[in-house]
Amino acid sequence: MAADATLTQSQRGPITVPETPADLQREPLVANSRGLGWISNQVAALTEGRTPVWWWILFIPSLLLLGMLLFMLTYQISTGVGVWGNMHPVMWAWDIVNFVWWIGIGHAGTLISAILFLLRQRWRTAVNRAAEAMTIFAVMCAGIYPALHVGRAWYDWWLFPIPNSNSIWPQFRSPLMWDVFAVSTYFTVSVLFWYMGLIPDLAVMRDRARTKMRQFIYGLFALGWTGSNRHWSNYEKAYLILAGVSTPLVLSVHSIVSLDFAVSQLPGWHTTIFPPYFVAGAIFSGFGMVLTLLIPLRSIFKLQDIITMRHIDIMCKVTLATGSIVGYAYGMEFFIAWYSGNPSEQFHFLNRALGPYQWAWIMMVSCNVLVPQVFWFKWFRQNLVAVFIISILVNVGMWFERFVIIVISLHRDFIPSNWGYYRPSWVDICTYIGTFGLFFTMFLLFLRFLPMIAISEVKGVTPQADPHHPMGGAKMKGLHHG
Amino acid sequence: MAELSSRPYGIVAEFTTSADVLHAAEKVREAGFRKWDVFTPFPVHGMDRAMGMKNSKVGWFSFIGGVLGYTTGMVMIWWMNKIDYPIVIGGKPMFSPFAAFPPSYELTILFAAFGSLGGMLFLNRLPRLHHPLLKNKRFSLVTHDRFFVVIECADPKYSEAATRTLLEAAGSQHIEVVEE
Repeated sequence: MAADATLTQSQRGPITVPETPADLQREPLVANSRGLGWISNQVAALTEGRTPVWWWILFIPSLLLLGMLLFMLTYQISTGVGVWGNMHPVMWAWDIVNFVWWIGIGHAGTLISAILFLLRQRWRTAVNRAAEAMTIFAVMCAGIYPALHVGRAWYDWWLFPIPNSNSIWPQFRSPLMWDVFAVSTYFTVSVLFWYMGLIPDLAVMRDRARTKMRQFIYGLFALGWTGSNRHWSNYEKAYLILAGVSTPLVLSVHSIVSLDFAVSQLPGWHTTIFPPYFVAGAIFSGFGMVLTLLIPLRSIFKLQDIITMRHIDIMCKVTLATGSIVGYAYGMEFFIAWYSGNPSEQFHFLNRALGPYQWAWIMMVSCNVLVPQVFWFKWFRQNLVAVFIISILVNVGMWFERFVIIVISLHRDFIPSNWGYYRPSWVDICTYIGTFGLFFTMFLLFLRFLPMIAISEVKGVTPQADPHHPMGGAKMKGLHHG
Repeated sequence: MAELSSRPYGIVAEFTTSADVLHAAEKVREAGFRKWDVFTPFPVHGMDRAMGMKNSKVGWFSFIGGVLGYTTGMVMIWWMNKIDYPIVIGGKPMFSPFAAFPPSYELTILFAAFGSLGGMLFLNRLPRLHHPLLKNKRFSLVTHDRFFVVIECADPKYSEAATRTLLEAAGSQHIEVVEE
């Protein structure tokens, strides 16, 4: 501390700061020096006024697909799991593929909101709200599958430790039971985290509401937030702790999902690389989905000053890094199969690359490992059309990864008399398409009624927010104005 | 209504930059006020120190939640699978802390998360849907781009004239008294 440390700030006079040297100045997170009020106006306006036509154009088909999902689920529950293509030996198929795929997509939201918060990655504020919403809706889509694939969905409550008439409790030595706890905790904590982040922004919405109805509803959910610094102090601590507990949570969820496979004895499933490999894949696919959603949204909503090209660039680099980790894991699985000397394991991996499902394996490797490598080049990271297409290919690839792991491992196990070939039924396909209806219905409602950018958090990373920055009102050393 | 709500709640001073409000907060603290607060659209860095606030106690709620969650998980699984209805599964032990760990770990996080959010709301005395400040038209800019210092009339050092002078000296452009 300097010699005047004993003096209080007001005795020292106004805050003065030396000018930042030109080579240390960073590109601001909010472009074009937008003010604090501009951020509120720009983001909150998206939920105000007439509903835009494009919103209805997207919402109505989503709602129809949601209707199709409900029809498929009703048909499946009333008839039985036989309406799906699942058949011996492939007893887990699209249901679990889609479960793992959707829940993996959710992981980027928690990574952005929790891990990047702990790492002080301030750029996260522009994308965390939408990514957290994506997480919640993706976990909702994921949750449908395990609940339905048990066959008798009306017994789902037996999964939870609730006393039943048989007096039998759940069997906690099974990873499937761990999964129940992991996924339900993940959903609950994601909702809590998301809601807590929303409280100050709901107060923004309340204070700008023009109608009594909006004022009442936003006011109710804002819980009477006033922006008091005594409140902010507790709020920031709670937010930090939630980020701190969500970080091990997000790593544990996909690890536990991977244990559903890794704890079994099946070649292709029984491997210790699964937990980190599944987590990397989940983050990879989640960032793919964040890019797929945000690239059109930033253009439609004119949010280019908040979600800048720098944000896109960073997310492309994360995609490249996690995609390369996934590629490494694919290679390592083959190496271990060879190195283990286990004939069943060796056969499985040859069958994976050369067997009847070779097309799935080629899709997986090309979309997940080869395509993202173009992100080494800045031209691709700056080209929105290229990023958008690659972000979709990432999720196509990740869907095939889960298909490869689940279906290829099951269709040819130890004894050739136990082999088979799986094909999905029309109900499988329509249920999967229907989950997009659920996802997009929820996401479009979110865009219409809630601020899709964390307004207060973005304000907090602008230079205007920093009391030690000239734009925040600090006096520059050597300059005499005001 | 008007005659019922004529009691003053406190004096509200508006500021336009975060540096000004930080500076004003230090002056108010040095003047020895107790019942006062700063209102900002986002948490201002260094404000806790400027106001002379202690570290938040939310961590205790999270910690107790976490301990409770882990204990609940372990005790529940031990009691259900070993005591109340033991079932032999593949010759595995009836209770093993390793198999019981993943659900207990998840419950640790679940209860800690509820502890954090619940603790934050409890310490902030929220939800509180009626507040004298929320009725003030100008104060609603607190969620937009303005900063406010509020000194309550309940503070023993409060006197309308002297407090107004202090806040004016701190650089506030707009000062008004808000009623209860």
